[in-house]
Amino acid sequence: MSAIILYYALTAAHVMLSLAMALALLRMIRGPRAQDRVLGLDTLYVNSMLLLLTFGIGSGRTIYFEAALIIGLLGFVATVALAKFLMRGEVIE
Amino acid sequence: MSQAADLPLWAAIAVSAFLLLGSALALIGTIGLTRLQSFYERLHAPTLGTSWGTGGVVMASMIFFTVTEARPVFQEILIGIFVTVTTPVTLMLLAQAALHRDRAEANPEVPPWATAGTDLEKDAPGAVD
Amino acid sequence: MSVLPYPLLSLSLVLMWMALNSFTIGHLLLGSVIATFASWGMAALRPHKPHIRRWHLLPYLIGIVLIDIVRSNIAVVSIIVAGRRQRQRSGFLTIHLDLKDQTALAILAVIVTSTPGTAWLEYNSSNGTLLIHVLDLVDEQEWTDLVKNRYERLLMEIFE
Repeated sequence: MSAIILYYALTAAHVMLSLAMALALLRMIRGPRAQDRVLGLDTLYVNSMLLLLTFGIGSGRTIYFEAALIIGLLGFVATVALAKFLMRGEVIE
Repeated sequence: MSQAADLPLWAAIAVSAFLLLGSALALIGTIGLTRLQSFYERLHAPTLGTSWGTGGVVMASMIFFTVTEARPVFQEILIGIFVTVTTPVTLMLLAQAALHRDRAEANPEVPPWATAGTDLEKDAPGAVD
Repeated sequence: MSVLPYPLLSLSLVLMWMALNSFTIGHLLLGSVIATFASWGMAALRPHKPHIRRWHLLPYLIGIVLIDIVRSNIAVVSIIVAGRRQRQRSGFLTIHLDLKDQTALAILAVIVTSTPGTAWLEYNSSNGTLLIHVLDLVDEQEWTDLVKNRYERLLMEIFE
């Protein structure tokens, strides 16, 4: 019984998070300006981190946490660097 | 799904509820990202996914691993703290970059650099033209 | 230089190390060594050291922030779901802050940004003006009161 409940909840969560990633990608493609694309990329990163966490629940293995943590870190650094780039036009000055 | 079978019913319901709450909030936040009109409005949308969206999924994961492995799991708390601390930084930097770009183009929708009562007006980033 | 210049930082680093690896004596020792070196490195940077005056108010602050995040989550979800029927209600808002402590300002920035519906845009430290963007700006006074009375006063009590 509990396995069935969990299975449907996980499937629904996977669908919703994948849809969220697709919508974030849509915002990245549509723009209209560079800051919108960076915001879309940041949301994409957060959503993929959540998706990895749900994969971890589904498989029952803790290896996905490390992946989620790395995705979160990379997303943070990438967004900060891109925001810096938007503000100054160059990252290293 | 190997460990899911020996999960008690209450735990399965709690995990599913938090999972659905978190992913639904993340999805609604991203829908807002596509539907809202201006950049500054869209800036609010991802915080849905990073506040209780992440909170819900992290809670679900914590309950699941605490119950199935019969030991407390702390990695998720780290992810939660990490997301809570980093999101404001990224959003603030993005907002400042957007403000800077809009002011450099003299976009009328954006308020000028807040300089009331100071003599900073001459090197305000908005004074480009 | 004292042995542990930042005890709270060192403690949380040890806890983080053991949460990432495992709760064993070996990792406790290794984590303690790393945390000690990290706090020495932090001391070499000479950051502004925060002084928390009233510890007992911190749980209260965390509590009201969590409640506000839940409330504004619901508010923002209803705005997004309602869609375009009610447009042009978002706007910029300038608030004059009396808060000067840097740590308190950082915490205020985290609170304002992580609450859906309000976004911290910029803070001018020379005259204490803060520019925020509010998604549902019906009553400007209400949002000013929220930041000034609900958060700023509490943060000033804790830090100043």
